[in-house]
Amino acid sequence: MSVDIETVRRVAHLARIKVDDAEAARLTGELNEILGFVEQLNEVSVEGVAPMTSAVETALRRRTDAVTDGNAPENILSNAPDKDDGFFLVPKVVE
Amino acid sequence: MSTLTQLTLAEARDQLKAREITSQELTEAHIAAIEASDLNAFITVTADTACQGAAQADDAIAEGRAGPLAGIPIGVKDLFCTKGIRTTAGSRILGTFVPPYESTVTANLWAAGAVLLGKLNLDEFAMGSSNETSAFGPVTNPYGEGLVPGGSSGGSAAAVAAHLCIAATGTDTGGSIRQPAALTGTVGLKPTYGRCSRWGIVAFASSLDQAGPITRTVRDGAIMLTHMASVDEKDSTSVDRPVPDYEGALENGVRGKRIGIPREYRVDPMPPALEALWQKGEGWLRDAGAEIVPVSLPHTKYALPAYYIVAPAEASSNLARYDGVRYGLRVGADDMVGLYEATRAAGFGDEVKRRILIGTYVLSAGYYDAYYLRAQKVRTLIKRDFESVFDAGVDALLTPTTPGPAFAKGANLDPVEMYLNDVFTVPVNMAGLPGISVPAGRSDDDLPLGLQLIGRPFDEEGLMPLARVLEEAASQPV
Repeated sequence: MSVDIETVRRVAHLARIKVDDAEAARLTGELNEILGFVEQLNEVSVEGVAPMTSAVETALRRRTDAVTDGNAPENILSNAPDKDDGFFLVPKVVE
Repeated sequence: MSTLTQLTLAEARDQLKAREITSQELTEAHIAAIEASDLNAFITVTADTACQGAAQADDAIAEGRAGPLAGIPIGVKDLFCTKGIRTTAGSRILGTFVPPYESTVTANLWAAGAVLLGKLNLDEFAMGSSNETSAFGPVTNPYGEGLVPGGSSGGSAAAVAAHLCIAATGTDTGGSIRQPAALTGTVGLKPTYGRCSRWGIVAFASSLDQAGPITRTVRDGAIMLTHMASVDEKDSTSVDRPVPDYEGALENGVRGKRIGIPREYRVDPMPPALEALWQKGEGWLRDAGAEIVPVSLPHTKYALPAYYIVAPAEASSNLARYDGVRYGLRVGADDMVGLYEATRAAGFGDEVKRRILIGTYVLSAGYYDAYYLRAQKVRTLIKRDFESVFDAGVDALLTPTTPGPAFAKGANLDPVEMYLNDVFTVPVNMAGLPGISVPAGRSDDDLPLGLQLIGRPFDEEGLMPLARVLEEAASQPV
């Protein structure tokens, strides 16, 4: 399978990364090279093989359902690019 | 070079304990070495806090309440969050990020008394094999001004090799500890998935990422891992089993151990220096009493292509959090989507963008089964290959770490050529196994080459005496 420049633009939009025309063209070539490389997986018979879901067989532990952290709004906002009065600021999202 | 920077971690620990040296002089010697270095190994140097920490360590030693790593100055890959100290992941998008919390691995090291010298350079978000994708510039390999140190833990490997720090932390998703260790003549240990907590480590591919040490000796690696590993409530994939005495395990012999030589790790064409090195390694282990057996891991060649589906898929999901709202870079726009798109376009470098796009594509509607699901099935087969070899009584595997020595900066490898650097290391991550790279010889150009030992899950202990045999044999004069 290979991708065309329109697909690259669509995927870039899904990933929320702006790409200009030159970048989209370059990425199309690069992505096709990578997709060509992974194509060889089609040689492998995976009939009846379960997909791997964890690297190490282990049962997930349960933790106590209790509050162990919180009440730290200054910490949470300390790296915010734009904030006011305990809130993150963003461009208007509702008209 | 100061004699203090020549000390191994074990030597420094013993001399500190015996009060033959102080942490202050040890730490200052390393800060002087960092300041005199032009390798670009560090992104942030924390000289003042290091000196304070060293003074406190000296007090603790004098008062007999010192931890096992008291006063040992180390470097930390800039992927581990350090409270109050900028943590960049080598990316513009986190260029000014100051975490209000500490990663579990580094918290464990500070609890043991270690002293932070600074944060080490790396490929952006640990995506790369040459340290050239860092937004903070490439790192130079101490073995040659024009050479890369490998990646992604390139700053860690270069700093340890150049004696700028006694030891360093790294992370390994597809080879990012072992490959730079091999290229800089250092020891790089990737533990079993789950041995170290991932909490507070900037995530790349969560089913593959694992922290580990880069050191100048196998013993130092054993000591570091002992104080990095832990079960952690904050990482449900960290494993609840006791942390053994890895340093003590160095004394366990290798007599009677069965070492597998996987025939699929012979690349075509096989560089003669690499073939010779591998055979020397076999000979050293055989001379020490181990039994060498040929084995087959038939799905080896599919590990790298499967990795380049699984890792980008997980990365595209993990890196969705960099949205310009809660932390990190923001590029303004009139609306939300515009803000996201402009921020991420400006904040991420080319390799990170490539991987996010590949990951987004293979996870998108209509392609999930063909790519991601198939890759995860192939991953099961890769893991089974290792399991059947271990079930047949093989204790560990011996392979080269990389296909070749350090290469030139700016070699302009295309993405797939760059990915081939990790052909021998990626299968280990795909199966979640422990692996260690030990400096074992030199290339035709007199550059370091490493041999890799791969162990059963959670048998880092079993790798220790084997790694030491390689280390000792390789350091003997020919």
